Order: sequence, then structure tokens, then C-alpha cells
Amino acid sequence: MEKSTKKKDKLCIICFSGDFDKALAAFTIATGAAASNKEVVLFFTFWGLNIIRKNPNRSFKGTDLPTRVFNFLMGGFNCLPLSRFNFCGASPKLMTGIMRKKHIATLTELIESAKLLKIKFIACEMAMNVLDIKKEDLIDEVEAIVGIPTFLEHAKDSITLFI
Amino acid sequence: MKYELDVTAESCPMTYIKTRLQLDKLKSGDILEVLVNPGEPLKSIPDSAQEAGYKILEIIPKGEKHLIIIQK
Repeated sequence: MEKSTKKKDKLCIICFSGDFDKALAAFTIATGAAASNKEVVLFFTFWGLNIIRKNPNRSFKGTDLPTRVFNFLMGGFNCLPLSRFNFCGASPKLMTGIMRKKHIATLTELIESAKLLKIKFIACEMAMNVLDIKKEDLIDEVEAIVGIPTFLEHAKDSITLFI
Repeated sequence: MKYELDVTAESCPMTYIKTRLQLDKLKSGDILEVLVNPGEPLKSIPDSAQEAGYKILEIIPKGEKHLIIIQK
């Protein structure tokens, strides 16, 4: 098939980390790129899945004890830790307050913007199996649960970042 | 129809997100006037609007700020 020269530039981000600041970096780049005419795909895997869980809090979810403990320890959006100086979860809240005061987009605002900018959210099938996470546990914007071949298809001819 | 948007209180990437979301709402012939700070927004907003097929009608200096007039 012939490639169209007018095809949009594409950016794929592998959202591996569940750290608050790294999620902030991923969504800042993603929304900035989408607003600048790029096609953007976010592939969530392992700890990155915590960013897009429907339940933002901790829950003992899973079929066996280790998975239940894992899911409780990780929690959802409200439990994302700062990668440094987390201070038992106080720092992400503090940072959000500072950002709001300085008119800098917060992580919640960036995620909402990503949805409005029609950024594609996809999630890793294997990581979801490991962590006993089902599609219905993730926000509705996640349009597909995919394996590596599908991700590679998205990443073809694209800038790809691993965060 | 003419729309106005002031992004001078925003910083990256919200400057670009708000402009993009407002541009997406325009119908053919509509105009958007965006007030921006000097520096990157002044360069990047017209560039990416043009790349997406919008027309830059005028860029008017307003003191330190600039008003970018964009038409769909």
C-alpha cells in the first residue's frame, strides 16, 4: 500500500510507570503533541495501568492472595506516588496544589484533555492478566486490550517513548 | 462566527490544548482570535494551525502580547 504524504506524524508512549510525576510527563507530552496535530497512542502496561483504573482508590481485587495484596498496595489514580519524596502520598497532593496555583495543568486536567483530544488509549493484555485487571476495571476511554503485535503496528513509523 | 480565546494565563501544554479544542469547534469560515504571550506560543500556534489547514489572517501586536487571527 502506498503511504500518503499527508499522513499525520505519530507519537506512541508506553506508559509503564505508575509514578505520579512520570504520568504527568507522559500526559504532558501526549496532549501537547495531540494539540500540535500529532496522532497519539498511549499504551498502558504494568504499573501504568493504575493511572487508568476506574476505581481511584485501593481495593483487594484478584483471584489469589498475592494478586489481592498487589492490587491493594498499588491502588488507583488517587494512590499514584511521586517517584521521589513521596512522603506517604502527601507530595502528589502538594504538587497538584502548587500547579493549580501557578496555572499549570494538573494530571486530572491533562487526562481529561487527552480524552477530548481523542488520544487513543490501549492497554496491555499480558500485564492485565498478571494483575487480574479486566477491561471493565479500566476507564471507558480504553478502546482495546492488545498484545505486542498490535502495539508494534501502532508504533510503526512513529516516535515511541517509554515512560 | 467570531470566537475569542485568551491563553496568556496558561502555560505549556494547556496553551496549545485550549487553542486546539477551540479550533476543533470552528465551522468553515469561522474566525478565532487567540491572545498569546510572546515566545513559543506565538510561533507554534500559527505553525500548527496552518499545518492543520487553518488560515492565519493576521497577527496583531498588543503590547507584549499578540492577537492571532485564525480562520477555518
